[in-house]
Amino acid sequence: MESVKPILEFKKTCVSYTKQTMAVKYVSAVIEPNTITAIMGPSGCGKSTLLRAVNLMHNLYPNIRVDGEILLNGENILSMEPIDVRRKVGMVFQRPAPFPTMSIYNNVLSGYSLNGIRLSKTEKDATVERCLKSVALWDEVKDVLNKKGTFLSGGQQQRLCIARALAMKPDVLLMDEPTSALDPIATAHIEELMQELQKEVTILIVTHNMGQAMRISSKSMFMYLGELVEYGDTETMFTNPIDERTKVYLTGKMG
Amino acid sequence: MDKLKIQNRLAKDKAMKLVVCLLAALTAVPLFAILGEVFLRGYDQLSWTFFTEPTPTAYRVMKAIENGEPIPGGIVNGIVGTMIMLAMAVVAVPLGILCGAFLAENSKSRFAKFVSYLTDLLQGTPSVIIGIVVYIWVVVPMKGYSAIAGSVALIIMMLPLIIRSTEETLKILPASLKEAGLALGGNRARVMLKVQLPAAFGGIFTGVLLAISRVIGETAPLMFTALGCSFVRYAIDKPISAVPLLIWEFFNDPNLQELIWGASLFLLLFVLTLNLTAKYFAKKWNQ
Repeated sequence: MESVKPILEFKKTCVSYTKQTMAVKYVSAVIEPNTITAIMGPSGCGKSTLLRAVNLMHNLYPNIRVDGEILLNGENILSMEPIDVRRKVGMVFQRPAPFPTMSIYNNVLSGYSLNGIRLSKTEKDATVERCLKSVALWDEVKDVLNKKGTFLSGGQQQRLCIARALAMKPDVLLMDEPTSALDPIATAHIEELMQELQKEVTILIVTHNMGQAMRISSKSMFMYLGELVEYGDTETMFTNPIDERTKVYLTGKMG
Repeated sequence: MDKLKIQNRLAKDKAMKLVVCLLAALTAVPLFAILGEVFLRGYDQLSWTFFTEPTPTAYRVMKAIENGEPIPGGIVNGIVGTMIMLAMAVVAVPLGILCGAFLAENSKSRFAKFVSYLTDLLQGTPSVIIGIVVYIWVVVPMKGYSAIAGSVALIIMMLPLIIRSTEETLKILPASLKEAGLALGGNRARVMLKVQLPAAFGGIFTGVLLAISRVIGETAPLMFTALGCSFVRYAIDKPISAVPLLIWEFFNDPNLQELIWGASLFLLLFVLTLNLTAKYFAKKWNQ
């Protein structure tokens, strides 16, 4: 089998909130481009913590330590400038958080304005249209682009947030339980959307929903107490898990 | 037996509720008494000329008294002075917002804790002391009382209020807002300026209005700094009048006592309006 150059690589990544306890312990994994990787595990297993390490969110909180290496296209992001990393690694949060004071139009472009990048009017229009189309929101909002994003429904808001992240053309998109605050229809929309998006971006998604992981991801990680217990093809993991702990979790006896 | 017990408890509950309501109403009594008093006494004094003429000269007052006419003149010099000093005191707004933003973002640093403590102390400093200190800092070197000195005193009094309201409002914003901004690659300053501060605008604006309404009635610090002036003046390096100063001057001049209540009513209505506007904004923004 021909090996694909990995886009993201965890090398003995550790995250600790206090000196005594480690929330993520020596995680090593290789992520291939244009894949969707689901990160699963019971609450408190460190899956969100691992995800947030990838765009250096932990730098905001001085008590948190990240050790080991996380390579993005071969470069260790832990020694890169957060601003540079975050432009290449987009993030979608659990609760839809469009900027409340900005219009839908400006929300999509907020990545540029927050980076001080000026675009011409035509570039702006094109970016907004491209991104809203790629999250299948364009038809719904093209006539209300100047309204505040907060008037949209939860599912629409979340798609707006994805569009906002995509506008920066990231290599990797991190999604932290992006559908847990949404109803089943909105969730289905987003899942469908992710299938499309994987053509342009590599997605890492934290999810509590095993059905979702099975439907959308090609690879899965199972984490338990900060350790990466198992990592492999989603289908194999769900049908024939190697580790006993994965089996117990997947059959619903833990978590 | 059980039924009786429940009825008993309900009756007690009702009685307590009545007591609480009565006591709550009692606290509103002073406010309404003050409003009523000032309104009843001041209502007659308000007229068009009250807002267009400055403090009357002694000569005009004497003549009016001789002819048995009402006291002429008004408070326009005070209104103009107050507005000029408030306009200059706007400097406190960006300063206070910057400081508040710093405190909200670095709440764990020692320096921020120290600054926060100082802000509390400043807020508790008696206004008369701020007045006398500004007298030494500004009036003495400038060799004279002035609108500038007055507004410096007002700025010092407004700062802690604006700092606090900015800090508190920024702190209650959801962390996801800031994280979402940073996740898009923005630096902290840009995220603050384009995401956090706009989202906090309602709370900050309310804080600014409350700060203005707090200092607009300050008399003591202006006595040492703005001094007062009996005619309309637009120069900022000369003594200037203010509405609360006028009330004090009217009180000290037996001939002008009839103007006290009109001036008081104006000041009271102005502050009430500011407060109600602030409340309205706070409510609107919280929705």
